[in-house]
Amino acid sequence: MAKILMKGNEAIAAAAIKGGCRYFFGYPITPQNEIPEYMARELQKVGGCFVQAESELAAINMVYGAAGSGARVMTSSSSPGIALKQEGISYIAGAELPCVIVNISRGGPGLGGIQPSQGDYFQNTRGGGHGDYRTLVYAPATLQESVDLVMEAFEVADYYRNPVIISGDGMIGQMMEPVEFKEIPKRELPPKDWATDGTKGKRKPNIINSLYLDPEQLEKHNWRLKEKYDRMVQNEVRYEMYNLEQAEIVIVAYGTTSRVVKNVISILSKEGIRVGLLRPITLWPYPEKAFDEIPETIKALLSVEMSTGQMIDDIKIAANGRWPVYFYGRSGGMVPTPDAIIEKVKEILRGQR
Amino acid sequence: MKQDKRIRIITGHYGSGKTEFAVNYAIKLAKEKKKVVLVDLDIVNPYFRSREKKDMLERLGIKVIGSSLEGGGTDVPAISSSVFLPLQDKSYEAIFDVGGDDVGARTLGRYHSYFQKENYDMFCVVNANRPETQDVYGAIKHIQAIQNVSRISITGLINNTHLLRETTPQDVLKGQRLIRQISEKLHIPIKYVSVLAEVAEKLPQQLDGEIFPIHLYMREDWMDGN
Repeated sequence: MAKILMKGNEAIAAAAIKGGCRYFFGYPITPQNEIPEYMARELQKVGGCFVQAESELAAINMVYGAAGSGARVMTSSSSPGIALKQEGISYIAGAELPCVIVNISRGGPGLGGIQPSQGDYFQNTRGGGHGDYRTLVYAPATLQESVDLVMEAFEVADYYRNPVIISGDGMIGQMMEPVEFKEIPKRELPPKDWATDGTKGKRKPNIINSLYLDPEQLEKHNWRLKEKYDRMVQNEVRYEMYNLEQAEIVIVAYGTTSRVVKNVISILSKEGIRVGLLRPITLWPYPEKAFDEIPETIKALLSVEMSTGQMIDDIKIAANGRWPVYFYGRSGGMVPTPDAIIEKVKEILRGQR
Repeated sequence: MKQDKRIRIITGHYGSGKTEFAVNYAIKLAKEKKKVVLVDLDIVNPYFRSREKKDMLERLGIKVIGSSLEGGGTDVPAISSSVFLPLQDKSYEAIFDVGGDDVGARTLGRYHSYFQKENYDMFCVVNANRPETQDVYGAIKHIQAIQNVSRISITGLINNTHLLRETTPQDVLKGQRLIRQISEKLHIPIKYVSVLAEVAEKLPQQLDGEIFPIHLYMREDWMDGN
């Protein structure tokens, strides 16, 4: 199929439908409104259903219901809206239901602003919901990667019976880029024999639930979830290593900031300074094993984020004291400029050499 | 460009490249004319609006009228009363950068009484690589919807078929074929072929409409290439 030009939000919505999504429940918020707009127009054409819910809480609980009946379902929002959905996400994870949640994040805290931010790293990777649960988090850096990951997210969600979060900042949602809809790897999925899709008088009713009043039962359930999350850590980690050969510094960055960093790498290489990029594609499970591939020439790590420093915690855990970890960030909707990152790299090198 | 009327209204499907064309047009016009004003009427998009380039445009001598609320982060459909300036003061050469689709073009209705046949052009920007305007039916649907809400007629078509920096001459020619069909059906002339300067050089000369080489002012350098 030939490439077409799409806006990020539009491409994400189109990819969801191509990935089998037939139900969407959401509530508008900038900068992700093109997703519900697209779904409202297009889902009915493929026999699906769009509902603009009365609130984010209603929307996520509609997702809970649709996922429970075995449907492929998605919701999307932006930062404070995702905050409102957290209780529902915890319930969905507890009830082991598949769904896809898109967070096109904006500046916070509070109502914040509408410009791009990565200040939801903690929210996305740790979750604001309660209990021992995890969500798989994809952080695409281009619209093509967004399309590919959204399509795959539905397979992965079904495979693990777990929510999958697509974490894109407002820039990913609003920018335009050529995209192509390719076939994605299909997983071997067991039948959804747990779904509440009608007994037809032939079986006992299925029950979707996350309530376990017996602590022994709940503990057993939680350890079983843990075992599932361990399998995700084992099998689902994704990352990109770029220009690491002979590099002196590795910049760790994801999403929009990783694109700025790639420009930085190219500018610095012309000055004879070699810098590499470690780009997490899954924010959870975090690509800890990628750090074992870092070559001996590396003197320091630098985290570049559109936040005041959130992913840096995971970098420190993964680095495990092997390298000093520096930070450069912009917050509140500001995008780091290549020049500022270059200055930071040079400052670190002056101290390290 | 010299034959265009004093008020140039740039409309089209969202994501067709209206703002990039409007900014390029304003910069080119400012090289020839003194009092050029760019009116950003976009109340749909939260990002990539021409008023974000106000500083750069003002350095080039272009007056920019945007929202009545200052600052790039506003998400409020507030239009400045200054929009009346180039409508009432005929010494200005004006470019109206209108929001996408009929939703964006609705803002024009407010100024309907100012648009007379002899003083305005309304150009519709078409990118044949956008999913909804890949065929004649889709493109005409958008054109008619824009005309309906704005209550004025489109006077020219702009072929802006591209894939950003991946654009090839074949993309432009594919768009040209589509826009010719639209032009014949609606009896609206093709005014410009808006294309990246480096691709413009590779296009055949005999095209309907004036080849209009553009630079990507709205796209930050860090977004592309390494």
